[in-house]
Amino acid sequence: MIRFTNVHMNYPGGNEALRNINLHIEQGAMVYITGRSGAGKSTLLRLIALIDRHSRGQIIINGQNLERVRNRRIPIFRRHIGFMFQDHRLLNDRTVFDNVALPLVIAGYRHQEIRKRVQAALDKVSLLTKVNSYPMALSGGEQQRVGVARAVVHRPAILLADEPTGNLDPALSWDTMKLFEQFNQVGVTVLIASHDLDMIKRMSKRIITLKTGRILPLGGTPTAS
Amino acid sequence: MTPANRKKNTRPDKTFKSELKRRFDMWLLQHAQAFIFSLGQYIKYPISNILTTAVIGISLALPASFYLLLDNVRYVSSSWDGSVQITLFLQTDVDETRAAEFANTLSSNNNINETVLIKRADALAEYQKLSGFAEALNTLDENPLPNVVLVKPTLDSADEAETEALIKELEAMPEVDTAQYDSRWLKRLLYLLDIVNRLIVILSTLLAIAVLLIIGNTIRLSIHNRRSEIEITKLFGGTDSFIQRPFLYSGLWYGVFGGIIAWLLITISMQMLHGPVKQLANLYASDFQLIGLGFGNSVILLASGIALGLIGSWIAVKRHLRAIEPV
Ligand SMILES: Nc1ncnc2c1ncn2[C@@H]1O[C@H](COP(=O)(O)OP(=O)(O)OP(=O)(O)O)[C@@H](O)[C@H]1O
Ligand SMILES: [Mg+2]
Repeated sequence: MIRFTNVHMNYPGGNEALRNINLHIEQGAMVYITGRSGAGKSTLLRLIALIDRHSRGQIIINGQNLERVRNRRIPIFRRHIGFMFQDHRLLNDRTVFDNVALPLVIAGYRHQEIRKRVQAALDKVSLLTKVNSYPMALSGGEQQRVGVARAVVHRPAILLADEPTGNLDPALSWDTMKLFEQFNQVGVTVLIASHDLDMIKRMSKRIITLKTGRILPLGGTPTAS
Repeated sequence: MTPANRKKNTRPDKTFKSELKRRFDMWLLQHAQAFIFSLGQYIKYPISNILTTAVIGISLALPASFYLLLDNVRYVSSSWDGSVQITLFLQTDVDETRAAEFANTLSSNNNINETVLIKRADALAEYQKLSGFAEALNTLDENPLPNVVLVKPTLDSADEAETEALIKELEAMPEVDTAQYDSRWLKRLLYLLDIVNRLIVILSTLLAIAVLLIIGNTIRLSIHNRRSEIEITKLFGGTDSFIQRPFLYSGLWYGVFGGIIAWLLITISMQMLHGPVKQLANLYASDFQLIGLGFGNSVILLASGIALGLIGSWIAVKRHLRAIEPV
């Protein structure tokens, strides 16, 4: 599903964020990416979503060589990916419904279909009652769950989550991780970047540890902050 | 691989058509969404939008009403333009029969289209009637008025030199006392109107640029205000045309509503001027009425508003939307 071969990433200004990354993640896997601040976790996710382009090496996502994806085709490519952020990035002037519906509206779904899918997604995160609320009127945990619903509503093949639990208390973090696990169980490949080593370990999934842009050998003892 | 691909092998033609129809439906749907969404945005922030639209409306109304004014002046002056003529006052010793012969010979001149003889007796009668000095004039034993011949030249009235030459030629004739040609001021007016016309073109251009800048800047601000939305939309696979569509439609709305405001301003002003102009025209025994915008000009006004709205937003979108990338 995701294959990195000798991938390097230099940001303009000479900052080498990733060095010689070799990585394979199978379809339907759930993987954690951890490491200190500045280790390159976000960069790795950004390369997968073509937010940035890698400098050297080869990345293949879902059978597509990313070097061959032209800028014009990036939007279509991204429609197979779902995103989650630490700062949930909901649109405050739109209702929960409209926020969750965004990926479907972009993809041009019809209204009835959008309604059905948004309701199903909100049902999964137990927020059906908040359909017409505005994000500001929700608690931090609820906002985060709206973010989850938006990330999966278009049934992406890959879910990328960058510090999805950074703002949440341990109980809510655990719930969110369990939600991701549910989506993973229906076949979504899930990649989560996180500092929260304790929780990651309890989830007992594959863990990739980055250190200054390199992957630590398997089983390496990560020392996250 | 996907169901669509599998179908393609069995019924390629039909699948292709239905795919085309699906794409078209989606395109239509997204346009409808952007159309309604942008109108919703317009209504959502009524005060700032109405202010912007009012500025656009006034900027459109100014040149349009100047054009209209020019149209009206042109219309009035055109009724004078046809009457350019030379008035020949004949010598007093030329009697009516000789005057008639003279007028006849003149009309065979190539440069002269038509001559009209006003006999001195008729002139006196009319003068008595109009001036109210009938009694006083009756006491004169002799008619003091000369015979008059009105000459309509075939020459182009704009050609000063030729008309001047014709007047010289006529004045040199023994029967003619003086020749009067009093349309110089009319020509001056025509030249003046030409200058005014150019000024209006310049003014229109400047105001059109102002409208472009206003709309461009307004769209730029709304792009700026919705930056995070644009980032998220790009992140979830929104194409450039999908993202720019609502902004282009807002430009369209500014143009449409600006055009309507301009139309209202002009129509109301015309209504206010209608009465006084009619009274003035009555004084000159004219049934002149102000020329309004009419259907054609209204369409042009609205179309200019729409065109400026679309162009202004297009420029803003091209300049500012590309720069936003998801972070
Ligand atoms: N846009 C950018 N331009 C230049 N350098 C960048 C940019 N983004 C990240 N970097 C650099 O790349 C390196 C990796 O950054 P990255 O954001 O991937 O780290 P991270 O592991 O996500 O850290 P954190 O846990 O703090 O989010 C850092 O040294 C950072 O300074
Ligand atoms: Mg990061």
